[in-house]
Amino acid sequence: MKSKSYSLFLKDYHSELRTRYAINSLAMFIIVAISIIMFAVGQEKVSESLTGGLFWVVIFFTAMSGLSRAFVSEEERGTALTLQLLSAPSTVFSGKLIFNIILVFCMNTIIALLYSALFETFIIRNFSLFILSFVLGNLGLAISSTIIAAIIAKAGAKGTLYPVLSFPILLPLILTSVQLTLFALDGTSIEQAKYELAIVVSYDVIMLTVSYLLFDFIWKD
Amino acid sequence: MSNYTVEAKEVTKTFGRRLIFEGISFYYKEKGIFGVSGPNGSGKSTLVKIIAGLLSPSKGKIIHKNQSKKIVAEKLHNHIGFVSPYLVLYEEFSARENLNYFARIRGVKFEKERVEQLLEHFLLFNRKDDLLKTYSSGMKQRMKFIFALMHNPELLILDEPTSNLDIEGKNSTYEIIKEEGKKNIVIVASNEKTDLDLCSDVIHLDKYKN
Repeated sequence: MKSKSYSLFLKDYHSELRTRYAINSLAMFIIVAISIIMFAVGQEKVSESLTGGLFWVVIFFTAMSGLSRAFVSEEERGTALTLQLLSAPSTVFSGKLIFNIILVFCMNTIIALLYSALFETFIIRNFSLFILSFVLGNLGLAISSTIIAAIIAKAGAKGTLYPVLSFPILLPLILTSVQLTLFALDGTSIEQAKYELAIVVSYDVIMLTVSYLLFDFIWKD
Repeated sequence: MSNYTVEAKEVTKTFGRRLIFEGISFYYKEKGIFGVSGPNGSGKSTLVKIIAGLLSPSKGKIIHKNQSKKIVAEKLHNHIGFVSPYLVLYEEFSARENLNYFARIRGVKFEKERVEQLLEHFLLFNRKDDLLKTYSSGMKQRMKFIFALMHNPELLILDEPTSNLDIEGKNSTYEIIKEEGKKNIVIVASNEKTDLDLCSDVIHLDKYKN
């Protein structure tokens, strides 16, 4: 199944390079969102806690603008049926998940780099904790966004439904990730952040398991 | 000749309160060409989607067996070739790229010889490197046949197979249907008399609405 999912990821990757379905909207959203925050802040000095919170606000809304494409583009173009005839539901989900994980990591790395360059209070004092929370948070975001994208792809008002449905599901992840980012900014040790890390790990495992269990039903009818 | 069987047991489909059809049963074994007919909206496409495992029946079941062993739903796609007007291939890729990805995603070897033979048969060999978005509707329809046949399926399901095709395209389609019907099961859903004339047995869906 691994190589089939990887082939599906490659298909999506090449398709994305040709159609620019998600990349353009993600890139534009990152630039616009950070610019608006910069204009709103002006000459004010932003506190560390606010920077950490705003960092995840940008990540959340950027994810909402681009991650649904994995399934929405298949439904809109009518190619979902082709995929159903080509592979098992678990293969489709794995392929789309790989694509979204890579997209989330690229997108959030750019956001983190821009934040570090543009906000002087965004100074990471515990780099290992930041990387750990960044990786776990991104995985959770990619998993949840992928399964929610599969659900909303068959609905009418996709654009509105995606953030509405995502918000309650992503809330525990976002809140914990904001807390972990703040810990990384103020230099808290990994040992002291172990409960928050455990929450994010549990969230990722639960969402991954539930997604694989549910995907068959979502994908078929 | 394949050892494939497909059996429908009292299959019923409703969408909400609307009954599409009820109590359809059949048993197709090894080879042959079978038809599904009925007026527009009678549920031809719904029935073939249920047979292909793309939709669940409201009641009853479809059992696919190969070498007397029941095929699980997750592996059914490897045994089925499906052509329909609502099937869309990836227009941003060329025919060759599409077929290459299909083989890889399916987890089978890309059989270059077989694919080239099909491209030749459906008169697309010279356009194999062109993007699908530059194809005419008839060429896209022929491409769907290659998609359906490239993995040598034991069950070929054709929903309105000759739509969008010119005389030449129709003739090569009939040739393929006859050829496949000699070794595999072919199910044709259509209203066209010429399509249904190829079938040894036809299910008339208007008889299954109470």
